[in-house]
Amino acid sequence: MSIHRRNNIRVTGRSSGRTIVLAHGFGCDQNMWRLVEPALAKDFRVVLFDYVGAGRSDVSAWREERYSSLDGYARDVVEVCEELDLRDAVLVGHSVSAMAGVLAGAAAPERIGSLVMVCPSPYYIDEDGYRGGFSAEDIDELLESLESNYLGWSATMAPVIMGNPDRPELGEELTNSFCATDPDIARVFARTTFLSDSRKDLAGVTVPTLILECEQDAIAPPEVGAYVHSAIPGSELVTLAATGHCPQLSAPEATASAISAFVADLDR
Amino acid sequence: MSPPTGGSDGPGRGVPSTRAAFSALLEDSAEDLYESAPCGYLSTLMDGTVAKVNATLLNWLGLSRDEVVGRMRFSDLLTVGGRLYHETHFAPLLRMQGHLGGIALEMRTAQGSRLPVLITSTVKKTDDGEPLLIRTTVFDATDRRAYEQELLRARRAADEARKQAEADRERLREALAVLQQSLLPATLPDIPGVETAGHYHTASPFQLGGDFYDLFPLDGDDRFAFFLGDVCGKGPQAAALTSLTRYTLRAAALHDPDPVTNLRDLNTALLDRYTGDDPRYCTAVAGVLERAGDTLNVRLASGGHPPALVLRGDGGVEYLSTPGGMLVGALPGAQFVQVRVTLRPGDTLLLYTDGLTEARIGPHRELYGYEALASFAASLAPSGPHRVIDALTELLSGFGDGLDDDTALLAVGLPARTDTGSRDRA
Repeated sequence: MSIHRRNNIRVTGRSSGRTIVLAHGFGCDQNMWRLVEPALAKDFRVVLFDYVGAGRSDVSAWREERYSSLDGYARDVVEVCEELDLRDAVLVGHSVSAMAGVLAGAAAPERIGSLVMVCPSPYYIDEDGYRGGFSAEDIDELLESLESNYLGWSATMAPVIMGNPDRPELGEELTNSFCATDPDIARVFARTTFLSDSRKDLAGVTVPTLILECEQDAIAPPEVGAYVHSAIPGSELVTLAATGHCPQLSAPEATASAISAFVADLDR
Repeated sequence: MSPPTGGSDGPGRGVPSTRAAFSALLEDSAEDLYESAPCGYLSTLMDGTVAKVNATLLNWLGLSRDEVVGRMRFSDLLTVGGRLYHETHFAPLLRMQGHLGGIALEMRTAQGSRLPVLITSTVKKTDDGEPLLIRTTVFDATDRRAYEQELLRARRAADEARKQAEADRERLREALAVLQQSLLPATLPDIPGVETAGHYHTASPFQLGGDFYDLFPLDGDDRFAFFLGDVCGKGPQAAALTSLTRYTLRAAALHDPDPVTNLRDLNTALLDRYTGDDPRYCTAVAGVLERAGDTLNVRLASGGHPPALVLRGDGGVEYLSTPGGMLVGALPGAQFVQVRVTLRPGDTLLLYTDGLTEARIGPHRELYGYEALASFAASLAPSGPHRVIDALTELLSGFGDGLDDDTALLAVGLPARTDTGSRDRA
């Protein structure tokens, strides 16, 4: 099975431009980037993919052991970079992917030359001296919500949709199918996202790093953005005039221009 | 047809007219329809700030309008877990689709209790397509959620039961495979100058079959005994019968290597063991191989078993008929018939059970039968035991679900002399 097919890799944009890899977070798939992709594609070569288990990836390649830790997602990122033989790419990771990106960058430094962390949080659970914003019970509540909402996913339709990535119209028979995910897979991704502690990994980041946060983000509050900023030496923190946890959807222009400006600076 | 009560001439005297009732209904203001709707209703700015909310929802939540409008975001009304879900799933999907329906979340009331709700939202856009605000209806789903929880519980229980059943099934399959293997020789003995091959086809990994075969030395390298057969029935009882049969035949042959005597001993043992209303029997071929110069003399006795087949080195094929041989273990004093055959270099003796000849083939599920087997063998002859068994193994797997019985195969032969039949050794 090719990584191309497995991770539903899509490459667009200016082929002569610097390569930007857009890594989606928990909850959806590469569709999350649909509003920023056109702006970035003007100047850069844009690589989109779905983690195994998400979107139109090959779900049969999903293994619980692998995707129960952030390393599994980081390996997906590295394998996508290897598949395309990328050098010195900019990895833009949203939410949990910002942390997977840190691990991927450490594993393949020659391939990932800089990081953009969109609304990152290295740890979600409150502890003495650290405020992640949530308690373990809150995460259990989220898992309950996942159980109650099989958004766009149905056991009978899923094989049809997943087995026909080139026929997206099949998915449109279901509403909310953009982020259709097998609930079992979503549960594992949720646990990995919200229970992993990546704080110690931040200090190891040596590449140019941009942190994008929103003014109001219920998932990654400003304290967390400040924490990441101070933990990564030399990082740049930009606070977008946006609300929510997905500025690439709520403020796509501002998000795209912040990324573009950062990448343009790299070549200066 | 009776005219409607009242009429267009004006209100009826004393009794309110239907029309008047309709009028009263129509006077139900849009404002009241909104405020007192049987569902919660709210509008938020694109950043989630609540701009408008109806009385129904405020009542449910125990909040005042002033506490909510302009002060709270939609996600503030949710439980923390619900907020996480809202941010990771609900909000992105709503942005992408402009509409999202039937999402199950929980709201938190001022008293601290939870209110399970079903949420539907649409994005209102400006004339030029810019998202302007989000309209959301909220349905009290307390009963529905309790019902769903029941379903989820049942589903989890069913999932657990299924996983347990799969694990049990796997353990059973492993146990049965070990048992089945114990009824067959681990390997066939190495007889200098003689080629041997066997195969056991298991019809179902969850059903012990009742076929068996064996080949073992009697004294030195010159005499060997063999047998192959099929006990009645399937499953554990058949396996127990197979075990008794196998060890009885083995012991009998070592004691007195005469095939007819061996089958008689088995007949006695089975009648002795299975008495009264539980008769158990089998069909079997038992034989002795004896080397004589560059040939093998074979004595072979059959008790109700399909005839063995000889593939000659010259390409001929013949069944070794043993008419009159009776089932083993069915009747006291059963008669068994012995034949002799000499195998020369290039000849192969094939024993098989009726799974092969009674397989069903083709769209009309016809019996494969003896004629087809003879033709198949003729197309192989001359062929050594390994080639014959390989070809038959392939034939069996080609039968697919037409083969629903276990099948045992055993072949013994003398390799062709190198100057004439080297192809058998490929």
